[in-house]
Amino acid sequence: MKVAVKIRLKKSILDPQGKAVHHALQNLGFDGINDVRVGKLIELEVPDDGTPETIHNMVEEASRKLLANTVIEDFEIEYLGEKA
Amino acid sequence: MKSAVVVFPGSNCDHDMHHALNMLGHDAEYVWHKTADLSEYDLVALPGGFSYGDYLRAGAIARFSTIMKAVVGFAKSGKTVIGVCNGFQILVEAGLLPGALMRNANLRFICKQVYLKTENSDTRFSRAIPDQALQIPIAHGEGRYFIDPAGYESLQENNQIVFRYATPGNDVTEAANPNGSLDNIAGIVNREGNVLGMMPHPERAVESLLGSDDGRWIFESLTA
Repeated sequence: MKVAVKIRLKKSILDPQGKAVHHALQNLGFDGINDVRVGKLIELEVPDDGTPETIHNMVEEASRKLLANTVIEDFEIEYLGEKA
Repeated sequence: MKSAVVVFPGSNCDHDMHHALNMLGHDAEYVWHKTADLSEYDLVALPGGFSYGDYLRAGAIARFSTIMKAVVGFAKSGKTVIGVCNGFQILVEAGLLPGALMRNANLRFICKQVYLKTENSDTRFSRAIPDQALQIPIAHGEGRYFIDPAGYESLQENNQIVFRYATPGNDVTEAANPNGSLDNIAGIVNREGNVLGMMPHPERAVESLLGSDDGRWIFESLTA
């Protein structure tokens, strides 16, 4: 199954990349957008034979250890189900 | 003093570091990142570059290479570790130094000479530094130092801030901050004072022919 890890900069942290994208959107006339934050989406393919709990624990550990830097980033795990 | 310059795939300041250490009497050798034993060395230098292409985050993958387990043990034993630029990024990712290094506030890769004020001259890396601003180059895209308020307080309490970006006259000002680092922080040590991380490149400033030899003070401090 596919699992997505969404990584975002913590709310309190300045995101200059998001600001630059926001600025570019404003220049294109998208006035209805108030703010932009840029994050990362990492998709993992994991075997289906584990229990939801073991899969969750593994992905959580992988996220904490490597995929996200929890000093500056928050992560969220989303289960995308069977692969297409 | 015998020193090891760690070479990761993508290191590109390893030769400069090797040259600077040898020139200043620190007997340097290159050590490949697959090495697991550092027991014959007194100093380990993590050089600048783009280890593993900076994939995921700068330093995030290098931090799990074989040699980093040895570097952690080496640091815990009280021996000297210095990480410059990408080396600093690897040290924070590895948890040997607190905080994080983020994309420069102006989003640009910055390569220029800067001036550093020495905030703590009571470390093994800074005790020979004279009371003046050091002119040393920076070259990075991700050098904006960040730490949360509690961490910042603890850095200050323990005098862990060693270098801050300053003017040529040695004043710390907002205009002298090239990358948006919290409180102009350019270099810090761990609590024990044996691990230094800094974004500026002292190894590129050891000969006046190349614009400045102020970086020598840092390498000379190690044996002062």
